Amino acid sequence: MSVTAVPSMPKKRRKRQDRVFPVVNAFVLILLMFITLYPVVNTVAYSFNDGTDALRGNIGLWPRVFSLKSYESILSDSSVYQAAWISASKTVIITLLNLFWTGMLAFALSRREYVLRKFITTVMVLTMYVNAGLIPNYLLISKTLNLAKSYWVYIVPTMFSCFNMIVIRTYIAGLPDALVESARIDGAGDIRVYWQIIFPLCTPVLATVALFVAVGSWNSWFDTHLYCGGQKMLHSLQYLLKMKLATTQASANAAKTSADALKSTTQTTPITIRCAITVISTVPILVVYPFLQKYFVTGMALGSVKG
Amino acid sequence: MNSIAREAGNTPARRKGFWRTLLGQWQLMLMSVPMLLYVLLFNYAPMWGWINAFRDYSNKRNVAKGITPWCGLSNFEWLFGRPDFIQSIRNTLAMSVINLVFGTVSSILLAVLLNEVRRKSFKRTVQTVTYLPHFLSMVIVVSMAQNIFASSGPINGMLATLGAVKEPVFFLGEGKYFWWLVGVINVWKEVGWNTIIYISAMTAIDPSLYEAAAIDGAGRFQRILHVTLPGIKSTFVILLIMNIGHLMEAGFEIQYLLGSSLVRDFSTTIDIFVLEYGTEKLNIGVATAAGMFKSVVAIVLLVGANLVAKRLGEDTLI
Repeated sequence: MSVTAVPSMPKKRRKRQDRVFPVVNAFVLILLMFITLYPVVNTVAYSFNDGTDALRGNIGLWPRVFSLKSYESILSDSSVYQAAWISASKTVIITLLNLFWTGMLAFALSRREYVLRKFITTVMVLTMYVNAGLIPNYLLISKTLNLAKSYWVYIVPTMFSCFNMIVIRTYIAGLPDALVESARIDGAGDIRVYWQIIFPLCTPVLATVALFVAVGSWNSWFDTHLYCGGQKMLHSLQYLLKMKLATTQASANAAKTSADALKSTTQTTPITIRCAITVISTVPILVVYPFLQKYFVTGMALGSVKG
Repeated sequence: MNSIAREAGNTPARRKGFWRTLLGQWQLMLMSVPMLLYVLLFNYAPMWGWINAFRDYSNKRNVAKGITPWCGLSNFEWLFGRPDFIQSIRNTLAMSVINLVFGTVSSILLAVLLNEVRRKSFKRTVQTVTYLPHFLSMVIVVSMAQNIFASSGPINGMLATLGAVKEPVFFLGEGKYFWWLVGVINVWKEVGWNTIIYISAMTAIDPSLYEAAAIDGAGRFQRILHVTLPGIKSTFVILLIMNIGHLMEAGFEIQYLLGSSLVRDFSTTIDIFVLEYGTEKLNIGVATAAGMFKSVVAIVLLVGANLVAKRLGEDTLI
C-alpha cells in the first residue's frame, strides 16, 4: 500500500480515498455474504432436484428438474423419525442440565467471600487446556462407567463446559454487588439469592449459553459413532447424515467420472438424499438462530475476557 | 488445605478460621461442589489412563487374558519409528498452522472492513449472515463442500469458464489439495464468528483517537493502520497464545469426514491415528502413548507461549 507510506497526502487524493473506500468495502462484504450463502442455497437446490439429473452436477441456486422424491423417500423412512427424536430429546435435556448446574456454579464462583473460589476456579479453568485424550476418556465412559450403548452416554459426559461457566460468571460479576448484599441482609441464603435475584437477571447470558449448548448437542455425531454405532435406535440425525456422507464419498471415489456414476445408479441417488438430510438437519438451527442472535454477540464478547 | 486458606487472602476466612467459614458457606458449596466432583471424574480421572501408555498391548492373546505387562517407554520408541505417526504429526502441524494463519488474517481483515461500515443495518446483516456457518455441524459443512468441490461443482465450473483448467480438478481425491481445502472450509465456517472478539476490541477504542488522526491528515488506510490495528493488539496476542496452546489440535471432525483412502497420507492427524490404533487395531498402549504425547506437547506450547507474552509485556492467559 503505497498510500500509507506517504506521511501527509494531498487533499484531493485523500478525499477520493474516503469516497471510494465505502463503495469497495460494501462490494467486498456483499460478495462475502454471497460466498457464505451459496453452498447453503446450492444444497437446498440439490435436495429438490431429480436424483438422476443431479448426477450431471452443475446445479446452481435453483433445481434444474424439480422433484420431491428425495424428501418423500426420507420422510417415509422410520429411522429418520427415530433419529430426529433422539437428537431433539438429548438436545433439550442437555441444555436444561447445563443451564441448571453451570449457572449455579458460576454464581458461587463469582462470590468473592467464598473460600473455595480460587481452588475450584483453577481446577475448572485447567480443563480447558489439559485433556486426557481420546482413549482414556473412551475407557472411562465405556468400560469404567459402562455408559456405551445407552442413551445416557449422550447426557452424562456433556453436562458441563468451563467456557460457558466463565461467560456466565463474567456477566454476574458485572451486576451490582448491592443486589446480593441487600438480599443477604434481608436474610436470604445464597441459593435463594441466586434463584430469585440473579437468575432472572441473567436471561440474556443464559440464552447465549443455551444456544451454544443446544447447537453443540444437536450437531454432535462423534459420540454416536464412538459409543452407539451399532445401536440403530440410538442414532442421531447428524450420524445418519454422516453415514450417507461416507457412502457418497465412496461412490464418488469409486467412479471418478460422472459417466460411470450414471451407469451405476438408476433410482434416487444418494447425492440428493444426502442434500435433503442436510437440509432437514439444518432447519432447526436456522429456525432458532435469528431469535437468539441478538444475545450471543454480547455473550461472546463477555467470554473473551480471560478466565 | 492450608494453602487454599492462605490463597483466600484477607477474606473472612482469616478472622473466623477456614473450616468455620466454609461451614457457613454450605449453600455455596452445595452449588459448586457437585460440578467440582463431576469435573474431577470426567476431566481428571481419565488421566489415570495414561499409565496404559507404558503397558504392552501388542500381544492379542495376552490382552484377552488380561495380561498387559509393563514395557517402559517402548510404545513411544515404536511410535517414533513409525513413518505414519511422523506423518500424522506433520499433517496436524501443517493444518493447524494453515488454520491459524488463514483464520487470523481473514478474521482481522473482515473485522476491519466491518468496523468501517457506517450504516448499522448493513453491518448487522453482514454479521448475521457470516456468523451462520459457525452453527452448522461439520457433517453438514462437509456435505455442502462435497457439492461445491465436486468435479462438476461450481468451483470447477468457474475455473473452466475462466479457462484456468482444461480437465476438472479432483479436489476431494488428491492429497496435495487436502490441507488447503481444510483451511478454506474452516475460514468459510469461522471467519464471521472469529470477528466478534476483534470487533468488541475495536468498539473499545477511543473515538477521539480517530478524530485526532483525521485532523492530522490521516486517510482511511492510515487510520486503520495506526489506530485500529494497534487497538486490537492485546486481543491479538491473547488469542495467539491460546491458539498456539491448541496447535496440536488441528481439528478432527473435518479431516475424518472429508478424508478418504485416496488422501489419507495428508488427512491423518494425530487424533485420527489415535482413533485408528485405539478403536480399530485395539492397541490401546500405542494409542494412549500417541494421545499423551499430544497432550504433553500442548501443555509445553501453552506455557511457552505464555512466557513469551509475559516477556513482551502483554497480558497473559495463566
